[in-house]
Parts: sequence; C-alpha cells; structure tokens
Amino acid sequence: MNLTLKVWRQNGENDKGRIVEYKMSDISPDMSFLEMMDVLNEQLIEKGDNPVAFDHDCREGICGSCSMYINGEPHGPENLITTCQLHMRSFKDGDTIYIEPWRASAFPVVKDLVVDRSAFDAIIQAGGYVSVNTSGNTQDANAIPINKTDADAAFDAATCIGCGACVATCKNSSAMLFTAAKVSHLAHLPQGQVEAKERAINMVNKMDELGFGNCTNTGDCEIQCPKGISLDNIALMNRDFLGASLKSEK
Amino acid sequence: MSTNAGLFSSSLGKKYLMAITGLFLCSFLIIHFLGNIALFTNPVQFNEYTRFMSSNPIIRVMEIVLVLGFLTHIIDAIILTRANKKAQPVKYAMNKNKSSWYSRNMGLTGTIILVFLILHLQSFWYEYKFGEVLMTVDSNGNEIKDMFTIVKTAFSEWWYSAIYILAMILLGSHLNHGFQSAFQSVGLRHKKYTPTIKMLGAGFSISITIGFISFPIYFFIIQL
Repeated sequence: MNLTLKVWRQNGENDKGRIVEYKMSDISPDMSFLEMMDVLNEQLIEKGDNPVAFDHDCREGICGSCSMYINGEPHGPENLITTCQLHMRSFKDGDTIYIEPWRASAFPVVKDLVVDRSAFDAIIQAGGYVSVNTSGNTQDANAIPINKTDADAAFDAATCIGCGACVATCKNSSAMLFTAAKVSHLAHLPQGQVEAKERAINMVNKMDELGFGNCTNTGDCEIQCPKGISLDNIALMNRDFLGASLKSEK
Repeated sequence: MSTNAGLFSSSLGKKYLMAITGLFLCSFLIIHFLGNIALFTNPVQFNEYTRFMSSNPIIRVMEIVLVLGFLTHIIDAIILTRANKKAQPVKYAMNKNKSSWYSRNMGLTGTIILVFLILHLQSFWYEYKFGEVLMTVDSNGNEIKDMFTIVKTAFSEWWYSAIYILAMILLGSHLNHGFQSAFQSVGLRHKKYTPTIKMLGAGFSISITIGFISFPIYFFIIQL
C-alpha cells in the first residue's frame, strides 16, 4: 500500500506545531497502525530526522496509551478498538491519513502526538478509590453477595482504560464519560458506598477545576469509546451528584 | 479534599439549570400554541383571548417567570459555551463527528431562535402594547384591540412568513435534542423509559414545528 501521512509535529509544549506530510510506500495491509508508525520512524531515523513521538505500551488494547486522532476520529475509523488494534487493512491504497494528538486544554501536547493525560490521574485521586484496610485481614470480596445486574454494570464501567478518546472526540473536551465510568463503577458495588456521597462531588469538582468542558449530551464519547462505555454512567453520575449536593452539609 | 462550591457553580449544576429552564420553556410552547389555535376559529375569539392574556393577573406574573426562564436559559448557555470553547482552543485539522447535527449545534440553533424571538416580540408583543393598533368590537360590542389584523398583516409579507417557518424548523431541531437531553442531564435515564422519552421528544418537536408553521400557511391560504 502507498499512503500519504499528514502528521502533527510539535517540538515541545511551547512550539506552535504544524502538519508535516510523509509519503509511505510498500506498507503491508497486515501491519498494525503502530507498526506502520514504527516503519515511518525507522525511515526518519535513517535520514537523520527526529522520529515522531507517540505513546504506546501494551499494544493489546488494554493500557490506553496509544492516543492518536486518526482521520478525524480517536483510534481511527473502526469501532471498539484502540490504535494498536487498528490494522492497515482498514485503509485503502493511496489514502491520505491525518494523525493528530488529542485536542483539549486539559491535555497539553508534550511532543508531536504525545499529550499529558495526568489530569485523569488527578480526577481519580479526588475520589476514584475505596478505603479498604489491606492489613492482611482483608475480607474476601466474594463474601459479599452482589446481584448480577449491579455486578455487570460495575464491570462494564470498570472496563474504562482511561485512554481519553471521550475527551478527544467531544466538541467541548468534556471528561464526563471517563469521570462517570469511574463514579459508576464504584457506585454499583457495596464496597463503594462508604465514600459514595463525597465521591461524585469531589470527582466532578476536580474535573471542572482541571478545565475540561461541559457535557452537551451529543453522545460522541459513547460512539468513540474503545470499550463501549455507555451514557447510562453519565446519567448515574448526574443523579448521584444532584442527590449528594442537595444533602451535603458543606 | 475539594468542598462542594455551591451546586450551581459546578458544571453539572449549570446543566441542571439548562434542563429545568428548557423543560419549562417547552411547557410555554404548548400553552402558546394552544392559545393561538383561536386564530383558526374567528378574529373576535382571538382578540378576546389576547385581551385575557394581557390583563389577567396570574398570566402577568407568569410572564415575569417566563422572562426569567428565558434569561436564565440564555445566560447559562453563554457561560457554558464560553467554558467549552476554552476547553478546546486548538481545533483538529480533520474531524469527523458521528453524533447528530442537531445535538452538536444547540448554540447555533439557539442563537437563531433568540434573534427570531426578538423579531417576534417586536412585531407582536411590542406592536400590541405600544403600537398604533386598530380597534374593533368584542362579542359584547365593547371596544377591543384588533390583534388578529396585526397577525394577518405580518403574515401577508412573504419574507416574514419565510423567516417564521425557518425559525420553527430550527426550533424543532433544538427541541429534538433538548427535550431528551434535559432528562439525561438530571440523571433520569432508564433502559425501559428512555426510548419512550426520546420518542416523546421527537414527537413533541415535530408537533411544535408543524403546529406553529400552520399559522403562516393558514394566513397564506385565506389571503389567496
């Protein structure tokens, strides 16, 4: 396959950044997208140029590192996969492919396609945890009966890998789907009830503070989420936040 | 730990406000439409209805509540939109949104509806209150302002009717997303009921659009 890549190049936070065009030839349709990027970088290094910086880690769709906005969509044109699970057979010979970093003021570009997603860590630190004593006498989680519907809903929410595709595709750069998945995951389980009230408030306030936008319920996040996290979680968080805010004594 | 800095200062609080005022404005549209049906019956009935609406004390109080509803909805929208623009200062060179057009363009449709609302108030509300209105008689033979003629005259201009129809189509688009979105914003979502809410929202937006468009079309037909 012969391809034209239009890749965002930005040499550090303060650089303005620009789209640079690269011609690629003899790309195998069986290659993964990241392998194609590796080929591009090998060619750049051979020429003495700077390779394109991009995040990647597990290359099996669970770490959430490979943040690339490919041809106008996070993780490219296929549904329910990450960039590392995308293969070149999803493109046609002669295609032009735009590759850009996530765009959000809360995710500043570090270099080229790498963005700083530590804002997500800050949201988790604000309330995405349960206080369980891990002294060695911890009760077996399975000793507490949980009905199947709740267990399934908690598990579905817990499959969020924190990749940031929801923020990237949202026209408002809202982190609602991510935050809601984390709130909802714990809200469905008895272990999550201890901090349930403060959790929704603290995580939402942290999300606002970090400069993510507001949700306008367009649903782009749900469409683009590689793990298929549902808008149901956002509704649950909206509900929990309202209840907790009304009851809060602070 | 961050404390709860007041419900309405948070992003979700502002969304609740959008949802509640939006649904309140939906209820206004229903009342407004039902009242205007008098245009179809006869001029006298419509003029008496107009007099009732502009003199009844309960309606006058509701008028203030309605203005507050509109202002809250509009100001809240401006605050939210400004924050959203700030959250994504750099745009993508290539972007394909797969969500619906009407869900992504609430700001655009809302702004056009606001411009229309100002024009609409100027040509009917202002005209009735402060304009030189022809007088006619009600069913008891008393003098009454002839609102029917104001409406008829306005709709006799083709461009006025065209703007009106366009605004109603955009209003339908705004409502189609807004109605069901309001329920989602306050957390009312359920596997069993949400499909019904979405259908109700679509039905409501289509009915409101067709309902209001029927007025200029009616005047167009009777003036042929």
